[in-house]
Amino acid sequence: MASTETTPAPADDLTGVEAGLDALDSVQIQRTPIGQLLRQKALPPLIGVLLVLGVWQLTYSLHVTASYNLPSPADVWGSLTDLWTAGTLFSIIWTSLWRGIVGFLAAVVIGTPIGLLVARVKPVRAAIGPILQGLQSLPSVAWVPAAVIWLGINDSMMYAVILLGAVPSIANGLVAGIDQVPPLFLRAGRTLGASGVSNARHILLPAALPGYLAGLKQGWAFSWRSLMAAELVASSPDLGLGLGRYLENQREGMSMPGVLLGIILILLVGVAIDLLVFSPIERRVLRSRGLLTTGR
Amino acid sequence: MSTALTTSKNAPATVDPTGAPAVRISHVHKSFGRPGTATPVLDDITLDVAPGEFLCLLGASGCGKSTLLNLIAGLDQPTAGEIEVPSGRPALMFQEHALFPWLTAGKNVELALRLNGVARPERRAEAERLLELVRLGGAYGKRVHELSGGMRQRVAMARALAQGSRVLLMDEPFAALDAITRDVLHDEITRIWAERQLTVVFVTHNVREAVRLAQRVVLLSSRPGRVAREWQIDLPQPRRIESAGVADLSVEITEELRGEIRRHGQH
Repeated sequence: MASTETTPAPADDLTGVEAGLDALDSVQIQRTPIGQLLRQKALPPLIGVLLVLGVWQLTYSLHVTASYNLPSPADVWGSLTDLWTAGTLFSIIWTSLWRGIVGFLAAVVIGTPIGLLVARVKPVRAAIGPILQGLQSLPSVAWVPAAVIWLGINDSMMYAVILLGAVPSIANGLVAGIDQVPPLFLRAGRTLGASGVSNARHILLPAALPGYLAGLKQGWAFSWRSLMAAELVASSPDLGLGLGRYLENQREGMSMPGVLLGIILILLVGVAIDLLVFSPIERRVLRSRGLLTTGR
Repeated sequence: MSTALTTSKNAPATVDPTGAPAVRISHVHKSFGRPGTATPVLDDITLDVAPGEFLCLLGASGCGKSTLLNLIAGLDQPTAGEIEVPSGRPALMFQEHALFPWLTAGKNVELALRLNGVARPERRAEAERLLELVRLGGAYGKRVHELSGGMRQRVAMARALAQGSRVLLMDEPFAALDAITRDVLHDEITRIWAERQLTVVFVTHNVREAVRLAQRVVLLSSRPGRVAREWQIDLPQPRRIESAGVADLSVEITEELRGEIRRHGQH
């Protein structure tokens, strides 16, 4: 209520109605208790993993196939403890993870402006939009031979393959995010006086954030896959020992427990980054916009 | 164009001493599509809105009332004719609240202040003052999805006021709300209009709403939109939508509106 003017007091019986409506209509946001959350979110995947392990162990125990083809979970665990005692477990994971992170960040830096340009500049969209779409469906392992010839077998070649895999999906995610911005927000922004840079900063980019995040998530998945493909194919003593190379070494040594361990570790790292980095950010953004209903 | 004076009392809220209108619409035509095949949406609209006036644009669907509002707002350009808003870019409220879901209620208002050039230290206090004005003092930190439909429209009102314009354009802003909530918001907008001495152009297809709110109701004909008739509403404020005075005049205007719509069935 402004202090300058007097409100028409006597007929103002609707203010009580207003307060009542506000109280009745407001949405109560409830947070799910942590125990319930664990039961609903963590228990089912845990049961799933145990089930897979059980079937695996059973298959092994029944001698369905030779044990050099299918070692037991305990054999794979043995390979893991070997790596642990040798002290190389974390250096192998870190070599790959570090490459993946650096490559992914470079892909973000390159993919974001490309996405902005494609989304907002019509001729650019007509020219490279379809190419970006097409590149997304090209398996990035197809780039490895070309990258090896262009750059040799070294880290640059790894990063090139990551970029070629991840940049299109990050750019496409941003384009999709911007395309899905409701026109009403843009009109509202214009009436508020937003244009050009202020429009991009205050309206367009925040509105496109959910799509962009989905693109980043997919970009990480592509980065990780591309990197593993590159590490598997390219072999050189100059390259440190990463997960892909470890996997390939185990194959060359005909060690099936090592091969399975390699696969599992690659899977775990990919899932862990998704669960620990992208999912929390995405959930936070969606929840703050009321796009995520929990516990109902 | 004819004028029906319903009562003898005639007192606009404020009178600009220079007599210049707050919105001047002269011989505005608007058609969409290519020249030649284009269908006219607005045909020779001439209309002045006095400073401090509350004007309702009334018409059936397809009369181009929203188009006219977009032209006044500067979101679109007329095909011919001129529109002047001497006080600068008007504020606009939509049927949908159009609040940004990534910002809190308070930050939505602050963004409007920021884009209006208000310095950072003053924004927070001013946003709280504006939310207080629409009786949402406690809603500063609330997210849009936590608010009811009526509260969202009140935040949208606060955001529109934050643009600092003396002219407020409203495009069926309460059409999606239930009747009780709408009553409350009718009270709010007439109170704020009087307190802030705003010029309001309010588009609606709801005759009672127009009579409840306006000092002047302008009826637009449909396809193409022309000014068909206008009424000066001199019932004292605050009015009640269920009062006999509002009802009587609504009957008269509704009759006229039906006549306008009926004409289209005869071709």
